[in-house]
Amino acid sequence: MAEHRPRVVGFCCEKHAMDAVVLSSRSGRKIDASVRLVQVPCAGRVDGMHILRALEDGADAVFVLGCLEKNCYYDTGSIEGRKRVNYVKSMLAEAGVEQERVEMFNVASSNAWMYPEVVSKMVEVAKRLGPIGRGGEER
Amino acid sequence: MIVAKRKPLKEIAEMIAPFNKIAVIGCRSCVAICLAGGEKEVKMLISALKVKNKKEGRKQEFEGLVVERQCEREWVKEVEDKILGSDLVLSMACSLGCQTIGDMYPQKLSFPGLNTGMFGVPEEQGVWSEMCVGCGNCIIHTTGGICPISRCAKSMLNGPCGGSANGKCEVNLEVDCAWTAIYDRLKLQNRLDLIEAVTPAKDWSTSHAGGRRVYVREDAKLVPHQKKGREAVQ
Repeated sequence: MAEHRPRVVGFCCEKHAMDAVVLSSRSGRKIDASVRLVQVPCAGRVDGMHILRALEDGADAVFVLGCLEKNCYYDTGSIEGRKRVNYVKSMLAEAGVEQERVEMFNVASSNAWMYPEVVSKMVEVAKRLGPIGRGGEER
Repeated sequence: MIVAKRKPLKEIAEMIAPFNKIAVIGCRSCVAICLAGGEKEVKMLISALKVKNKKEGRKQEFEGLVVERQCEREWVKEVEDKILGSDLVLSMACSLGCQTIGDMYPQKLSFPGLNTGMFGVPEEQGVWSEMCVGCGNCIIHTTGGICPISRCAKSMLNGPCGGSANGKCEVNLEVDCAWTAIYDRLKLQNRLDLIEAVTPAKDWSTSHAGGRRVYVREDAKLVPHQKKGREAVQ
């Protein structure tokens, strides 16, 4: 049986978090290519619906990457993003799905090492847990 | 407004388990404002149920719809074909919406996706609190505009009771004593004489105890001739 190729979706704020992503790729760090990064204006723009929809459509894990909470470009966007991630986690728990499939991370724009770490952490989660409903209906 | 809360996902999944084609119908009125059954909540519930089904290897078809006011037949009529074409309606409105669909299409199953809680107001973003129990005989003009029936744990008409301490209620120390609030409000309004007046036992015949209540306004009701005309237009 072919090895499962993890599918990870990341919602990334276009301010500090995207700066960090660009910096880490420019600095030549190795980044796993299993991540589909979706640029959003702010982590606070990410809704629980987006995260659930990604999982519904086949993502194994989803993360939201925002600015540092006390240094958010839009002041409270990262806090909003975290609240929504936590709400989705509670819904996943109710649905009997592993909560660790969804995570929120905060990063400073000058932090080049964090993004590869986030990616490898989420890819590891996706590999370990596999697709949602292994053996069930696949889309 | 009517404040409701989504039922636990597990309970909803168990209710809808035997059915394949499910119409999830939300409402844009009260339950949308209290973030329980609006458009977004309908979409999130469907997504969560689909993820749950995926996990458990089950297959169900969902369709998400939202009507302006599910407690009014005119609005429900707009999604009639979707209701009739489904195995089950999962109402994301308050119990009124769910029952309206049930009354309009008695042959169809209409299940509640929310637990209807109370008549409440938004205290702050994400917090709703009860203000009225719908007793049918309002007396808040004598209590500084604060309802002792809904906001006092004992629904006392002559308070406060002995369990009030430091402005909190003995039933739950997190909850403000309604009668302390009434006293403070009346003091502010220079109407403290009202708190000394004894309120006699309340006439509860206007409340739910007498069974289902129906209010009629004769001037708004259609006479049979008008009804015929309306039906002909529809």
